[in-house]
Amino acid sequence: MRPPVSDLPLVLEDVSLLARDVTIVRDLTLTIGAGAPTVLVGPNGSGKSTLIRLAMGLIAPTSGRISWGGRGESDGRRRAMMFQRPVMLRRSASGNVAYALAAAGVGGDARPSRVAELLAQVGLAHVAERPARRLSGGEQQRLALARALARDPEILFLDEPTASLDPAATKAVEDIIRAVAQSGVKIVMATHDLGQARRLAGEIAFMLRGTVHACAEAERFFTAPATPEAAAFIRGDLVI
Amino acid sequence: MHEGSSALTLVLGGDPALYAIVGLSLFVSLTATACAAAVGLPLGALLALANFPGRALVTVTMNAFMGLPPVVVGLAVYLLLSRSGPLGFLGILFSPKAMIVAQAILVLPIMAALTRQTVEDFWAEYRDELTAMRVGPLGRVATLLWDARFSLTTTLLAGFGRAAAEVGTVMIVGGNIDGFTRTMTTAIALETSKGDLPLAIGLGLLLIGLIFLVNAAAWGVRRVGELRAG
Repeated sequence: MRPPVSDLPLVLEDVSLLARDVTIVRDLTLTIGAGAPTVLVGPNGSGKSTLIRLAMGLIAPTSGRISWGGRGESDGRRRAMMFQRPVMLRRSASGNVAYALAAAGVGGDARPSRVAELLAQVGLAHVAERPARRLSGGEQQRLALARALARDPEILFLDEPTASLDPAATKAVEDIIRAVAQSGVKIVMATHDLGQARRLAGEIAFMLRGTVHACAEAERFFTAPATPEAAAFIRGDLVI
Repeated sequence: MHEGSSALTLVLGGDPALYAIVGLSLFVSLTATACAAAVGLPLGALLALANFPGRALVTVTMNAFMGLPPVVVGLAVYLLLSRSGPLGFLGILFSPKAMIVAQAILVLPIMAALTRQTVEDFWAEYRDELTAMRVGPLGRVATLLWDARFSLTTTLLAGFGRAAAEVGTVMIVGGNIDGFTRTMTTAIALETSKGDLPLAIGLGLLLIGLIFLVNAAAWGVRRVGELRAG
């Protein structure tokens, strides 16, 4: 089903982004390969969301290079993204998924069965015909996941997927993310919830002041943080 | 229509001549609104999404054209369609077709300008998602128009309201010919100048009533749609 070309590894080299003379990301170097989820942690404003947008290809860096599978250009067909505050199209839940499928080039005949599969995958089959904007926060988040999965992505970017959800809704979303990761989709996720990072991450990239401050396999990041800032962040101290 | 009969009996009495006038008014204004919408909605959406040099100038021009004086539009269309004009060969001057063309031109800037405003707001909301889904320019226009459909009913109503209420263009290009191009507004103008005030008042009330009905119907459609689609 997937085209043979891969978008992995995703490599960012000396990437900087300036907006109106303000540096948002500076000299960022990071390689994201296949495997367990890469989780970006760090304080607000450290550049997590911007890094995700750069890696998704939504914005171009001011300087530096980004490549997907060794290619500087990529049509992005194999990447999908879920935003921190997903915008529900003014359609039913199934209408939202059908739209994403159509945008991903899935033909009209194949859509209805895929819509049903995707809604079932995120546990929303029972609200398929309800207007998406009437769904609860957690349901909207899961619908956004279904929409992203409709692209059959190789890399799935998640920006604070559970930022404003209660524990039950958070668990529902995390369970889906875990299942998706196990199915072989590379997850790249930003979160400021360290507990979530511990639960999901295979690899942690700790961001501070617009760059990747430390990057390590998750277990090692938490047990033997490489820098004092990382250690302070893990302890729950305020790192600015 | 009888001299001296009261406005109320005229309106309620079912005078066939009166109904012909009402029917033509509705036909011309609704058709003109539909034509203007077919062009104005995509045009407004494109203008909301496109980035090109001179975009601000186009936007300001379009906004200014919302205030086009109907008689000037009427005059321009008259010159276009008159026998010696560039489109004179069509032979549609002083016909309902000419009135539809003129009203559509009058309404088009309103449609496009209001659509641009609405779609721009929707685009600000949808930009990230549609960009991440790699939706192309035409897909964006279609998506935004469809998702803004309930907000755009107001745009349609504004266009219809202007078309139905104006008298200048239809008077000039239609000619207010009895039984052929006489609309409610031109009839009101004529009857007032003739001194048949009851008929003028009756027609005036009827016109206001019809505009109210169209608005109420549109509001109802919008509410039901919003409830169902969120």
